[in-house]
Amino acid sequence: MKEPNTEHASTGCSSSPAELSRRKFLARLSLAVGGIGAVIVTVPVVGFLLAPFFERRREVWRSVGKIDSFKVGTTTAVKYENPSPLPWAGVTAHTAAWLRRESADTFIAFSINCTHLGCPVRWLPKANLFMCPCHGGVYYQDGTVAAGPPPLPLPRYPVRVKDGDVQIQTAPIPITK
Amino acid sequence: MDDRTGLPKMISKTARHLVPPDAKWWYVFGSATLCAFMIQVITGVALAFAYIPSASEAYSTLHFISDQAPFGHFLRGLHYYGASAMVLMVGLHMAQVFLAGSYKFPRELNWATGVLLLGFTLAMGFTGQLLRGDQNAVWTVVVAAEQAGRTPFIGQWLAHFILGGDTVGGATFTRFFAIHVFIMPGFIFVFVGLHLWLVLRHGISEPPKAGKPVDPKTYRQEYKELIKRDGRPFWPDSAWRDVVFCVVMIVVIAALALIYGAPQLGKPPDPSITTASPRPDWYLMWYFAVLALMPHGTEQYFLVFGPLLVGIILIALPFVFNRGERSPWRRPWAIAIVLMTVVMIATLWVAGVKSPWSPNFNAQPLSASVVGATNGPVFIGAQLFHDKGCLNCHLIASDGGRRGPDLTAVADRLSKDQMVMKIANGGVNMPAYAANLTPAEMDALVAFLQSRKIQRP
Repeated sequence: MKEPNTEHASTGCSSSPAELSRRKFLARLSLAVGGIGAVIVTVPVVGFLLAPFFERRREVWRSVGKIDSFKVGTTTAVKYENPSPLPWAGVTAHTAAWLRRESADTFIAFSINCTHLGCPVRWLPKANLFMCPCHGGVYYQDGTVAAGPPPLPLPRYPVRVKDGDVQIQTAPIPITK
Repeated sequence: MDDRTGLPKMISKTARHLVPPDAKWWYVFGSATLCAFMIQVITGVALAFAYIPSASEAYSTLHFISDQAPFGHFLRGLHYYGASAMVLMVGLHMAQVFLAGSYKFPRELNWATGVLLLGFTLAMGFTGQLLRGDQNAVWTVVVAAEQAGRTPFIGQWLAHFILGGDTVGGATFTRFFAIHVFIMPGFIFVFVGLHLWLVLRHGISEPPKAGKPVDPKTYRQEYKELIKRDGRPFWPDSAWRDVVFCVVMIVVIAALALIYGAPQLGKPPDPSITTASPRPDWYLMWYFAVLALMPHGTEQYFLVFGPLLVGIILIALPFVFNRGERSPWRRPWAIAIVLMTVVMIATLWVAGVKSPWSPNFNAQPLSASVVGATNGPVFIGAQLFHDKGCLNCHLIASDGGRRGPDLTAVADRLSKDQMVMKIANGGVNMPAYAANLTPAEMDALVAFLQSRKIQRP
């Protein structure tokens, strides 16, 4: 591949100082201009990729059912939508929580994500335990760790009763630090 | 043609470059990895003709490819077993190069680029599994985000980046599609090019001879003389083995794809379906076991610093040990390390497949013949044993889970009081049932467990 360039290279070697400084200038000019080109292309790409990090998500309250549909002392799975899902999100826009009715007017909404590595915990109603299918984490009915590797209790989501509806506030998937 | 492009001459010169004469079947794994990668590129491009990388469509296009498209099921199978072959061949290639000490001077960078290619290959396997877009994919992303989340300082950002937001959603699959189809293959092309360039530059390493250590001062000269004296043209003297091995591999991949097909798709990618048992594909099954078996409280070190440390050690290896004996017979530690790695991964893999730490959610109530009673405390205790979740983690007559001890004959080793203590207080891997059982229930449960004896003559 070097063959066609030999001629140029040999003439290039015997250059006057003026030629050398001109060549140096041209090299720097090319790098600088190339750099500008690269920046023009890179800035929007990086911005596009990083923008979601700086977006502040607005959480919303989602109704998950009438207050009467939850019996005191029971824990049930409830489904709701993420806030402002993308139009093509399909079923991935759904989220679930375990909703426990503690008393007539108190509810607890537990994240379904195990604090060990995020797998979906299952409620065993007769055993009064949450069990994780991945690595054997177990939680009591109040979300505290009963057994296994989870480092923290099940996270809770804000929950309220409004106009006879139980509402859960949307939240990011809890990521254990 | 030769005058205008210069290509025929260059190609023939490259193909006929001289290689050591006794480079035999041990040397086929590198080219086999490349061969598997080519299969992946070809089948991957074909799959991309039908695949839609969107959260709402990916799953249904996968069903279309698997169930309706002519050759679709076969093509998915080829892509899956091609990926498996690539992972396997990378592993074999690496083990061979390590055992033969081929990473030593002057081929340190051949090894280092190879380590990066190993990383890219595993990243391809991982992201490929996600593109199936089924329930397993959703939870695999979440598990990946949780692992990344343990990184100090930037963990939350990384998790956010992996999920493509705060939750799994429309942005999640598209980013893994871009990574799997553009970014990682791009890296692989560049680094395979570099890797091959380095192979040509330094020559294929000659098989090691015991008692002939690498001395950076003289190695190049000796290699040059060896090649000049005994070298054979790579094509066809050596390449025929690569071709034969590659074709055998393709036949095996095709046979597996025809006989077993690609993995079944799971449930739809709906994160609100809580009945899930996320599992990685086989090549990461051993890591799934690592995640379950690492001591409680050490997750952060294992999850973040473990892989980092392995990467640093692998990259640093040839720079630290770049001279000396190459023959494995003079490097017992090299043999030991390869054996230990294989045994470790195999053991963890078996553990991962069995995953005894996972509760058995399909445990059926114990049959009357096992319980040995149809009423009374033993019968009620057996029902409680199922209902209270004991059976999810304990075996009784080979029904149940394997997290805790097998209780088929527990009465042979525990007294009544010991049982009550254990059930009430639990343990590291067992919930405390004190607040979960009434005294009457506790009595019945213990009565049932007291009836669990091996009948002795």
